[in-house]
Amino acid sequence: MTEQFALTAERRTELEKILARYPNRQAACIPVLHLCQEQEGWVSERVLRWVAEQLGLSAAHVQGVATFYTLFNKEPVGKHQVWVCRTLSCALNGADQVLHHCEKRLGIHAGETTKDGRITLRTAECLASCGTAPMMQVDRDYHEGLTLEKVDAILDRLTR
Amino acid sequence: MLRLTRYLTKNYDTPDGHKLAVYEKGGGYQQAKRALGMTREALVEEMKAANIRGRGGAGFAMGVKWSFMPWPPKPERPHYLVINADEGEPGTFKDRTLMEKNPHAVVEGCIIGCFGIGAHAAYIYVRDELHLSKARLWGAIEEARAKGYLGKRPFGIDYPVEVYVHTGAGAYICGEETSLLNSLEGKRGEPRLKPPFPAQFGAFGMPTTVNNLETIAAVPTALELGGENFSKLSSLHHLKDGGCRLFGVSGHVNNPGIFEAAVGVTLRDLIYEYGGGVKHGKLLAVIPGGSSCPILRADEVVNAPSDKSPLHPWHGQSVLDVPLGVDTFRALGTMLGTCCAIVLSDKACPVLAMHNLMRFYRHESCGQCTPCREGSAWIHRILDRIVHGEGTLEELDRLHEIADNIMGNTICAFGEGTAMPALGFLRKFRKEFEAYIQTKGRSSTGVLTP
Repeated sequence: MTEQFALTAERRTELEKILARYPNRQAACIPVLHLCQEQEGWVSERVLRWVAEQLGLSAAHVQGVATFYTLFNKEPVGKHQVWVCRTLSCALNGADQVLHHCEKRLGIHAGETTKDGRITLRTAECLASCGTAPMMQVDRDYHEGLTLEKVDAILDRLTR
Repeated sequence: MLRLTRYLTKNYDTPDGHKLAVYEKGGGYQQAKRALGMTREALVEEMKAANIRGRGGAGFAMGVKWSFMPWPPKPERPHYLVINADEGEPGTFKDRTLMEKNPHAVVEGCIIGCFGIGAHAAYIYVRDELHLSKARLWGAIEEARAKGYLGKRPFGIDYPVEVYVHTGAGAYICGEETSLLNSLEGKRGEPRLKPPFPAQFGAFGMPTTVNNLETIAAVPTALELGGENFSKLSSLHHLKDGGCRLFGVSGHVNNPGIFEAAVGVTLRDLIYEYGGGVKHGKLLAVIPGGSSCPILRADEVVNAPSDKSPLHPWHGQSVLDVPLGVDTFRALGTMLGTCCAIVLSDKACPVLAMHNLMRFYRHESCGQCTPCREGSAWIHRILDRIVHGEGTLEELDRLHEIADNIMGNTICAFGEGTAMPALGFLRKFRKEFEAYIQTKGRSSTGVLTP
């Protein structure tokens, strides 16, 4: 039997705050999955089982939710995640060049993680940054109005 | 007619413009306090007179929507206000600026909205990627609570109001109001059949109003000016399309961005005045308000000989000179959407543009309805072949057929949101598609970024 999942004390307090916002426990499903993913980097089987138990839901329900939304990682990811938006406004302003540049620099294709486990490169569909295209999101931050030089500087910081 | 206003955006460039102190200096929260002293009927009438058409894309009259809520609320069936800030439509990026730069207008709008529909809790549904937006909204909520504007007795008045931020987890479909509600309830974000409508059976099975974030942020201004005065800012007041709103422009323009103006702005204003003109060549086409609005060619002319058409005053003129309004753009065979236009220059290949958008729809179909799930994938697969020089002319007709078969056969509007722009591209760029197929792509510039 694998070890039981547990939230840190600080996140445990956050969990109580989340639960207080809703008229039932099920509504906390997505925020609680986020909370667990912040800690673990992804939502493993044991996370899904734990969330189901905490919220009084079936494990199948929680798994259904976790697989529906693209931001829940179903497998471990790199220390940093890079999403390059390639929907129309970004594409009209050079998103493909940005993506190819990242792939070349990191030596991986979109969807993969570098061998050292530092960076997972992904594509995104429209991140509401159309007026400052092209853009990419690195972890929680938006980087907008990109040029290849700016991309290099950002990747330099991540790989250092 | 470009008439800039500064109601929603006045503090956009002010240092700490997102903070309570700055917001209050400009009269912030006076309207929420006033609203809680009004009768519900008077408030809703004021909002009806303001003619605020939903800023999320559907364009339904906000005041009328509020009036649909069952009245009076029953204690065992609490009402909810849900704010849609999912903002996933390609080309649309206006709500994000409000959340980041004027979050208190959203919170104040929520207080007024809660009172207007008989709710005591509002949930702002924000897509998870927008970490700064979420932080700014929570910051505003905490500031308002500390001042006693939220909680058990806002402004000392016995009408409890709580506002919460709820986040999604990456799914464009959650911008559709019923899938948003499912997502809020902790389920997969799959749309629900309507009826029942949210006003009867919404969040947690209770009567609910879902408003777009910009719509609710406009409420304090509408109340301050008075409903009718607010409506009359617009040059389409006679079409019950009132006030001012945020306009956006992106793609091949020199000065992309968001600006605020009275309703009545034209695409020409948007592209040439505000957007600073087309870059990389001449104007080929424009998607008026987010990717699900069928594309317009720059050389199209308004054909509205009947004086019954809302477009009649512009009969014979360029589509670029029609004011951006809910009814005017519907009459043009497209939609106003979110008023955030995507501009394509003649150096960009329309076949590749359609391919790009159809990849988006394939990726974002929730998979619940077969015509949408299979149709969007099929359209994208065919376009993939065409883009790679392997398409046939017969396949163009197949694309029409698939899109036609999605229309009207799905639970939610995502199906139409895919099929209508697909048909728009196919009809308006038939020649370009044929040439692309016949020359295996050599006819085109073959790029989106010149």
